[in-house]
Amino acid sequence: MMRLSWFNIVSLTLGFAFLYLPILILVIFSFNESKLVTVWAGFSTRWYGELLQNEAFLNAAWVTLKVAVFSSTLATVLGTMAAYVIVRAGRFPGRTLFSGMIYAPLVMPEVITGLSLLLLFIGIGLDRGVLTIVLAHTTFSMCYVSVVVSSRLVTFDRSLEEAALDLGCSPFEAFRLVTLPIIAPAVIAGWLLAFTLSLDDLVIASFTAGPSSTTLPIKIFSAVRLGVSPEINALSSILIAIVTVGVITASLVTKRNALRQKHEEQAAARAQ
Amino acid sequence: MPEKIFAPWNDPDQKPLIRFQNVTKKFGDFIAIDDLSLEIYEREFFALLGPSGCGKTTMMRMLAGFETPTSGSIELAGKNIVPVPANKRAVNMMFQSYALFPHLTVWDNIAFGLKRSKMPKDQIAARVDEMLKLTRLGKFARRKPHQISGGQRQRVALARSLAKAPKLLLLDEPLGALDAKLRQDTQFELMDIQETTGTTFVIVTHDQEEAMTVASRVAVMDEGKLIQVATPDRIYESPESVYVADFIGDVNIIEGRASKQGEDLYRVDWAEGQAPLVATSDREFSEGQTCHLAIRPEKIAISAEKPAEADNAVQGSILDIAYLGNLSTYHVELPGGMIIKAQTANTRRLSRRSFTWEDTVWLSWTATGAVLLAE
Repeated sequence: MMRLSWFNIVSLTLGFAFLYLPILILVIFSFNESKLVTVWAGFSTRWYGELLQNEAFLNAAWVTLKVAVFSSTLATVLGTMAAYVIVRAGRFPGRTLFSGMIYAPLVMPEVITGLSLLLLFIGIGLDRGVLTIVLAHTTFSMCYVSVVVSSRLVTFDRSLEEAALDLGCSPFEAFRLVTLPIIAPAVIAGWLLAFTLSLDDLVIASFTAGPSSTTLPIKIFSAVRLGVSPEINALSSILIAIVTVGVITASLVTKRNALRQKHEEQAAARAQ
Repeated sequence: MPEKIFAPWNDPDQKPLIRFQNVTKKFGDFIAIDDLSLEIYEREFFALLGPSGCGKTTMMRMLAGFETPTSGSIELAGKNIVPVPANKRAVNMMFQSYALFPHLTVWDNIAFGLKRSKMPKDQIAARVDEMLKLTRLGKFARRKPHQISGGQRQRVALARSLAKAPKLLLLDEPLGALDAKLRQDTQFELMDIQETTGTTFVIVTHDQEEAMTVASRVAVMDEGKLIQVATPDRIYESPESVYVADFIGDVNIIEGRASKQGEDLYRVDWAEGQAPLVATSDREFSEGQTCHLAIRPEKIAISAEKPAEADNAVQGSILDIAYLGNLSTYHVELPGGMIIKAQTANTRRLSRRSFTWEDTVWLSWTATGAVLLAE
């Protein structure tokens, strides 16, 4: 084991403290007995219980989940298609413009994206609700999906697709039977990214949400403006737990697969 | 009655399986294939040989259907296949990278093409088992490509491309990823499989030894053109140009001026103060025409005394000796500074070698041992 120098220990501590101290405090105070957020009055899970009784929060959570699932699925389909065209179609008129425009939402200020979508929905007379949030989230998260998927497609051995064509597949069959199963991890990663982006989003959702379709971030934000309640702390802790479990599972699965693959390759090399 | 030798290219009644007619392929301004015509016959093992960028891979990709010629036509069994997409051609390809589907088992990889062709399930299984047997892969049917070795992967790729019993099998540098020993074994295995299945094989390679070993005919290409198409022995023994002579194997090239000495016999004046050389040639050379004499190192004998009967003999001193185990190559410097390579088989143990560095030796060869070339 390598020993860390005092400098390394200090920078490590500072770095982690900077990143995680606020979150840690939030989690600790979510178990606070007192109604006052800043005063510790003993351990209790009372606010978690009350959270389950709070219909407004539960509704908002349900809306958020629906929006996240639909928008990330839609964004994955569209983003994968866009990535495929950009990486595979070679040069076609307007390719540079197309790829530039796909990546533009990455750097576009969210306020502007939200405002322009709001104007569009009003313009075409679409009532604001779950549908409009789904459309809005799809718009901005599909570019993230296409970045993730196209980075995988760039390293994809094209001869695999050619082999599929050579063996009698139509171009669509080649995509469905060969390309898609192989790039699936990137597609799933793109979906997860889009899902979390949609889960997190406050700005765009507040432009495109209607009165009946408040998402959780909007709910939390408006509740906090009236004062931080311990319930919010509890809710945030649950969200943190979900995200943490997701990230750890994903990385464990990837690591295990990589290890297994390495073992099998070594076994094959030895058996040669 | 003499046994019939396989040489359909000499038989005017034979119809070629593949016919390239004035095919040109351009990528932008770059001409990859330049007005090329070529015929390949059924059951041939045909090798396209050339340095990288010579257009050999483009030829293969046009046969597979991944590239369309800019002009000209390609016929397969008498039909123009240029408008036919890759997935509708009775042509299969074995890729340089093998292109095995990593998410499918060996069995499913081999069955992949058959499943696309509406074949009944039990027939598919029978065909896959037949292919596994042919390539000795039975034990590995349930493994994924990353669970088998490089040589086994190569055989899976071969089995997969042969499973649909194509009229024509294309092999793109099929042995490039294997080590030298495995490569040699696999070359013979390929030839066996080609004979057993009776499929026409077209192989692309930059390895001249490989082309010579496996092919019934070799096409030497350079810059999108065919330089020479002939059987391996003709390519080696009677190259038509200095390029081919130089590309295939080792060769000494001596430039000189030709003058006719008799029926098929030419004198070559090649250096001031040196005795002229003689060589036979069925090509005509005019008086004083610049010519190149190509002599393979193994056709040159090396001796301490001037051989009495030799058609050609030159004296020089040994500059370098390359010991290759079975052979030794001597680099002999002639008085004018030219270096000639001569090769001898090491029939004796090394300690009893007759020549060493700085020795003055005589090099000799017969009039028929060298090839006289115009360019």
